[in-house]
Amino acid sequence: MARLILQRLALGILTLWVVSILIFAGTEILPGDVATAILGQSRTPEAVAAIRASLGLNRPAYVRYASWLGHFVEGDIGKSLANDRDIAPEIRERLGNTLFLAGVAAAVAVPLSIFLGLLAAIWPNSIFDRLINALTLTTISVPEFFIGYVLIIVFAVQLDWFPSLAMISADMSFWERLNAVVLPALTLVMVVLAHMMRQTRAAVLSVLSSAFIEMAFLKGIPKWRIVLQHAVPNALAPIINVVAINLAYLIVGVVVVEVVFVYPGMGQLMVDSVSKRDVPVVQTCGLVFALAYVGLNMIADLLGILSNPRLRHPR
Amino acid sequence: MRIAGYRVSVGALAGFAIVFANLFAAVFAPVIAPYGQADLVGDVWAAPSAQHWLGLDSLGRDMLSRLLFGARTTISIALLITICSFAIGIVTGFTAAVAGGWIDMGLSRLVDAVMAIPTLIFALIILSVLGTSVPVLVGTIAALDSTRVFRLCRAVGVDITVMDYVEVARLRGEKLWWVMLREVLPNALPPLITEFGLRFCFAFLFIASLSFLGLGIQPPLADWGGMVRDNAQAINFGGMAPLIPAAAIAQLTIGVNLVVDWFLSLHSRAHGEGA
Repeated sequence: MARLILQRLALGILTLWVVSILIFAGTEILPGDVATAILGQSRTPEAVAAIRASLGLNRPAYVRYASWLGHFVEGDIGKSLANDRDIAPEIRERLGNTLFLAGVAAAVAVPLSIFLGLLAAIWPNSIFDRLINALTLTTISVPEFFIGYVLIIVFAVQLDWFPSLAMISADMSFWERLNAVVLPALTLVMVVLAHMMRQTRAAVLSVLSSAFIEMAFLKGIPKWRIVLQHAVPNALAPIINVVAINLAYLIVGVVVVEVVFVYPGMGQLMVDSVSKRDVPVVQTCGLVFALAYVGLNMIADLLGILSNPRLRHPR
Repeated sequence: MRIAGYRVSVGALAGFAIVFANLFAAVFAPVIAPYGQADLVGDVWAAPSAQHWLGLDSLGRDMLSRLLFGARTTISIALLITICSFAIGIVTGFTAAVAGGWIDMGLSRLVDAVMAIPTLIFALIILSVLGTSVPVLVGTIAALDSTRVFRLCRAVGVDITVMDYVEVARLRGEKLWWVMLREVLPNALPPLITEFGLRFCFAFLFIASLSFLGLGIQPPLADWGGMVRDNAQAINFGGMAPLIPAAAIAQLTIGVNLVVDWFLSLHSRAHGEGA
């Protein structure tokens, strides 16, 4: 088991390394570099050369990659092209905001979807089950911003319960922050809920069709106890997996939702920086998002290994 | 209900109706749209009326006309992306499956690495360097999305290349291209058609999201994601303007999904009942 875990960790670190190369290469191999992006239409060859020299772009690519990654690991990620300020403090604050939003959404979505998924597994093909089916088709078809705007119209404009813009600042108390992020968090919950529910249901149902469950039925154990005590522990690995996939999906969904609610998070920063063509900020945001994504997938696999009792004892 | 010998459910019928209505709007937009897509015809965010069925947008342009022209832009670009993505994915995927060896190994590992980064994040990184012209958008999304097509084609292709008829073609001395196009492709079509529908939905939602973020199709072209963005401010006065294009996006995706579901059920029955 320790070997399996070490193998998975090594693979994860390898993936992270390859991902960092890809992100770096994505901004390097492509025609048109940072210098031309800064100068835009009014560039002259001399000005481009001067900027390239001042940014160190005339060094070979592998040297720049090494120094970029080295600085990233040290937490010193350089300066924004747009306003020449250090990126690190802003990223740190925005990352905190994004994690808060995604955390609130996950704290609601994960328990709720597992609970509802279990209910659907206990009563398959019931009206409740069909409702979930229809809901899944709708939520995978509907863009995040549609859900976001419907929620704004209902809860912010018509009912006036929550603010429509998720303004947040450092001097707000926890409850004020929570109140500000209710609608964006709810949007994210709706985006991932149906998928997690269905996967939980499918995982439990597939275990319920095995022989030991039939045995438990024949012994006369009540159905809710069979599901909770016999089926769920065996369905844990796929459930953990789908939770992690959806948490990783939250990371991407957060970009659009932050723009809808004008929430000062990483996603908003990344989108703004793309339109300003502020490549260093985009690279950093991209790397942070990718780190979180790869990290979550790795944690899911590790938990999957840990939750499998067959792997717990050496043979 | 049966059409041409195939069972058609109510859902599938609704799906087909939605898809055809959208295609009709896309093809005949200049004929059926009451106004031009850039014409200013009245007050900003005027309410729906007899002249303007869906009201006016943030600049006073007719919402319905822009919706029809938007169908044209958004659907054609999404289709183009899907076709490019399939062209890349099919060629590389079947090459990996048929050629095997280090080609397969190299392509598969590259695809694994690209898929380890969320598509939206990777696309944003590339767009920050290349800008957001239509060819760049199509190329970027098609290249990133083709990783999924590659995975499917390789998986299906590997199953087919071990068949006797492929072996026969190879022994006959046929070239790699011939084997791919004449032996592997026809036998891989059913899963590929389903995947085409799903990839189209993905490309469509993706381009709409990018346009919504202001990084996709640029004005003055009408497109559904960009229309949501343009009209987003109306929401603060309780206006429904941004919901109309957003709902347009949702209905088409639901329609395509219904058709794909029907096709899947049809295909799974084809083995059992010999339909």
